[in-house]
Amino acid sequence: MKWLFFSLCLLSLGSLFVGVSQLSVISLIELDSDAWDLLITSRLPRLLAILLAGAGLSIAGLVMQQISQNKFAAPSTSGTIECAMLGYMLSLLLFGNGDALWLIFLTAIIGTLVFVKLIQSIQFKNAIFVPLIGIIFGNIIQSLVTFIAYKFDALQNLSNWSLANFSNILQGDFELLYIAIPCAIITYLYANQISAVGIGKSFATNLGLKYGQIVTIGVILVSMMAATVVMIVGELPFLGLIVPNIIAYYQGDNLKKNLPNTALLGACVVLVCDLISRIIIFPYELPVSMFISIIGGLVFIVLLLKREANDR
Amino acid sequence: MIKVENINKQYAGKLVASNINVAFEKGKVTSIIGPNGAGKSTLLSIMSRLLDKDSGSVYVDGTELEKWATKTLAKRLAVLKQTNNLNMRFTVKELISFGRFPHSQGKLTDTDRQVIQHAIEYLDLQVIQDKYLDNLSGGQKQLAFIAMVMAQDTDYVLLDEPLNNLDIKHSLQIMKNIRRLAHDMNKAVVIVIHDINFASCYSDNIIAMKNGEVAIAGSVQEVIRAPVLESIYDTPFKVVTLDNQNVCVYY
Repeated sequence: MKWLFFSLCLLSLGSLFVGVSQLSVISLIELDSDAWDLLITSRLPRLLAILLAGAGLSIAGLVMQQISQNKFAAPSTSGTIECAMLGYMLSLLLFGNGDALWLIFLTAIIGTLVFVKLIQSIQFKNAIFVPLIGIIFGNIIQSLVTFIAYKFDALQNLSNWSLANFSNILQGDFELLYIAIPCAIITYLYANQISAVGIGKSFATNLGLKYGQIVTIGVILVSMMAATVVMIVGELPFLGLIVPNIIAYYQGDNLKKNLPNTALLGACVVLVCDLISRIIIFPYELPVSMFISIIGGLVFIVLLLKREANDR
Repeated sequence: MIKVENINKQYAGKLVASNINVAFEKGKVTSIIGPNGAGKSTLLSIMSRLLDKDSGSVYVDGTELEKWATKTLAKRLAVLKQTNNLNMRFTVKELISFGRFPHSQGKLTDTDRQVIQHAIEYLDLQVIQDKYLDNLSGGQKQLAFIAMVMAQDTDYVLLDEPLNNLDIKHSLQIMKNIRRLAHDMNKAVVIVIHDINFASCYSDNIIAMKNGEVAIAGSVQEVIRAPVLESIYDTPFKVVTLDNQNVCVYY
């Protein structure tokens, strides 16, 4: 925890001073207005967006894994992201712009609820079926979105959703991501309930909880956090999947205990990947999702193999 | 006292509970026995609001089940089913702490901590209290769940097949603790159980079910008799008395 927090602070400082335009501590101390301007309109928003997106998406994955009782569930493997895209497309069609937030949240929430109900009604022998079903479900929704976009000549509007990129985030673009903060607080308040639901329906009912109600609250939290991230930043594959699993590997599945560390590690991972993407072909940048995919994919395979070994 | 009156329940056209009338008293261990598909677990689930009934009533301390707020009922009645997801990794102590949830909604008070500590000591779980559940044997896991139910501190404790997959030593340990819960702490403990000899030696009352109906309900002496059991299990039985206990031989 302390160690994670310390790394995060260091990385954050580093992130502020990496970029094409020179920004030095000295010019900031000398109150150079250009330097401060750069810091406040570009570097700081970028840093905040990274931290909020990384933490928010990781918490979303953590909650998703508990309410669906599956270690491989995450917003990217449950159709949440694709349903948010569908909401965006519907908003574009019905209102002429993609600003109808409520519609995006609503479709994401409904889609995720449908997925959760679906996997609850089918008993799977192998846990890996759940994310597979989720990915298939997501792909069907995505095909639908692409079809609508093609029909109405809106394919270009979709392209900025797929690849995550922090390079174009300026002051005024990212503030919606702050939604992750109230969502994280609510998650913390409901942590015990969500954990109990994660153990099972009869377990939760025995403790006097209304199972369906807690699942719905969880789904709403997950959908809102995931949908805002994908809208503003783009897809960050594997993040919601691997970060909670790494934390759970070391300290179990107590949601309340894991929440802060999951948020910190999620922010750290995205920050590291973003730094790499900015430095590797400096002064140009690569999309951050490339590095998250590479690192996330590798960690995911390791997790899968570890699980296989445990099952035997 | 839990009173069950005229309970009926159908699954896909088949009656799994038919006109059931039984009662469960505090301070007694009651075992529900019967062949597979007799409706034992269905009865337990209906009594504990995990399953909706088609008709009939369940009264807990004189108040109908539906009239209880589920939160309040969780302080009176605890139920443990076999379907708990063990993919989730919790320590024994974390699991037991869940039992205090109905009382303190997740913020443990000093009283809660005392109750949890007492449950751990009562069931001798000190050594494993910080171990993760998925690293424990079946018996230890079952004891941890029973400790959780103990921490919940309810008058009624309903357990669905608590001896499932346990060896003889752990089965004995669980049954002895179940009896202690009922007799020392004046709780009504209801268990669904397959092993008739464990039921015979450790319960006060037995309810025998067949085809969704209560075939007979009464004391151990009334139910553990060869003619009664033969009609329930369709198998020849011999009941012998050993050290004042009725023991069934059916091999």
